[in-house]
Amino acid sequence: MTGNTLLSVEDVIVDLPTPRGNLRAVDRVDLTVGTGRTLGIVGESGCGKTMLSRAVLQLLPKKAKLSGRVMFDGQDLLQLPPEKLRKLRGRSLAVVFQDPMTSLNPVLTIGTQLIETLQEHLELDDATAKKRSVELLAAVGIPAPEQRLAQYPHQLSGGMRQRVAIAIALSCEPKLLIADEPTTALDVTIQAQILDLLAREQRRRHMAMIIITHDLGVVAGRTDEVAVMYAGRVVERAPTPALFKRMRMPYTEALLAALPKLDAAPHTPLPAISGRPPDPTRPLQGCSFSPRCRYAVARCQSEKPPLEAAETSAHQFACFHPIETHADANA
Amino acid sequence: MAFFVARRLFYLLPVLIAVSLLTFSIASLLPGDLAYTILGDQATPENVAALRADMGLDQPIWWRYLGWLGNVLQGDFGRSFRTGQTVLQAVAERLPVSIELMLLAQLGALGIGVPLAIICAARSGGPFDRFMTGSAFGMLSVPTFLSAILLIYLFAVELRWLPATGYIPFAEDPLANLRFLVLPALTLALAEWPTIMRVLRSDMIATLQEDYIALAKAKGLTPARILFVHALKPSSLTLVTITGINIGRLIGGAVIVETIFALPGIGRLLIGAILTRDLIILQGVVLLVGAGFVIMNFLVDMLYAVLDPRIRHGHA
Repeated sequence: MTGNTLLSVEDVIVDLPTPRGNLRAVDRVDLTVGTGRTLGIVGESGCGKTMLSRAVLQLLPKKAKLSGRVMFDGQDLLQLPPEKLRKLRGRSLAVVFQDPMTSLNPVLTIGTQLIETLQEHLELDDATAKKRSVELLAAVGIPAPEQRLAQYPHQLSGGMRQRVAIAIALSCEPKLLIADEPTTALDVTIQAQILDLLAREQRRRHMAMIIITHDLGVVAGRTDEVAVMYAGRVVERAPTPALFKRMRMPYTEALLAALPKLDAAPHTPLPAISGRPPDPTRPLQGCSFSPRCRYAVARCQSEKPPLEAAETSAHQFACFHPIETHADANA
Repeated sequence: MAFFVARRLFYLLPVLIAVSLLTFSIASLLPGDLAYTILGDQATPENVAALRADMGLDQPIWWRYLGWLGNVLQGDFGRSFRTGQTVLQAVAERLPVSIELMLLAQLGALGIGVPLAIICAARSGGPFDRFMTGSAFGMLSVPTFLSAILLIYLFAVELRWLPATGYIPFAEDPLANLRFLVLPALTLALAEWPTIMRVLRSDMIATLQEDYIALAKAKGLTPARILFVHALKPSSLTLVTITGINIGRLIGGAVIVETIFALPGIGRLLIGAILTRDLIILQGVVLLVGAGFVIMNFLVDMLYAVLDPRIRHGHA
């Protein structure tokens, strides 16, 4: 479905030692992103989606243990010497974090934070770097970009700050942009604007993108492929249209059902997923969703379903009783 | 910004008034009558009464305070009854010594403490960090008189590189002046770098956990730029406070160090005034030193605003 693979995550495991024992944040994840394509990673808090993105960026906490392979643009990021990794970050691999209130340095001006990235990777003189910064700020929809360069982050609103963070990420024309919950910390009215901005800039720059979110609504229509994560594992993975047409994993279905619908009658109760995700320091023997799954049978508790393709090779899910098999009982 | 400065200046007033009140009461509450001290063995009841009337000592204490404060506000801090020198003259003579010593000591302490703190924070938990944190703790518990004696023994007695005691004014011979000040400044620096290092190290470790540091790494900046440009400034508020307090404290002279190294600074002036019961000098100097300390802290507050734009713009 894609031309060349830009990023491939192979068998990645992230372990975090905690006082309560080892916490497996990411459990054998395989993913690929093609050049110019968009992958959405969806899951609730603590499912390992952020840890996975940090693993790709090599920004895991010091004590975290990472194994597997992260191939980016033909290089294994895990084997890369620090200096080469540094030249790659910000240049061809960029990131936008969740909270623009904390991801910009409060004591440095917007201009400094933009220009330093440009000058680190592209050999630009001060005047050119400044000109490029103004263009970038204008491109992400910031009014009066010249004046903004001298301002500090606290002088801008949350939405504006996220635009600045996006401008920084885009500054060196990266091949892959990882957007880690880029709209979670923003007002609802701003969220769509930021997502549209990301989509527009992605098309314009022909850049690949990973959008990490807990909101299936964010990835619908904005991504080529979706991976649903639960308890550190990818539990369903499919081209976006295929996924929304026919979800197979009960967790994905439950996640979608939990979204409030605009056309629902007033006071319709929201079907929440009962229970909580399993304690990641005490992995379950069987399917990690089984305690909360309304379709679960005895086998689900004793055996872990592998992530396997069904009818089409692109649609994979990890479930013994994918939704369609009991669709009759359900419908 | 102007409003910020004006507000801080306004806060300064009550503090300075409190300082002057305390200074005056300490000097007045010391046991022994000033008139007896001045007159010594020539004190007869008549002499004493005459002198007390002359000096206003028979007035109520609040009246004397107001009189003294009025004089101080006009720049008259009084005159030593022993040397005849005015307080301002005595201080002007001694202050350059103490200030030079203080500056050299702070430079030394920052020069040792800041780089060590940055290295330790960058590799927190590592062997170097643990070794330095332990050493800093050890150094913290060495009193200045001990390190002064050890330094004198090593550099003046054994190696004979530096003079042990004495002072030559900077204007007379700058190089000799520095040679005399190296050991006392080093003594003070040794006592102060551990605090600087420990404070900056722990603030910096906290800063390095921030999102914006993760983003700085993700931007591919060099480790040096991340540490010095992105992490150092937001981590240095406590450091600035500590340094400000140290400077303010040392304006009053480093009493022990100035005594050991025979430096004619403010500390020695104070000790001399206490030993000779020269109360006029004592209360004048304490007031000036107290005011210096308060003003120093005001400047530190100003420096916060330079370091953190959020304070400057009244957001925090």
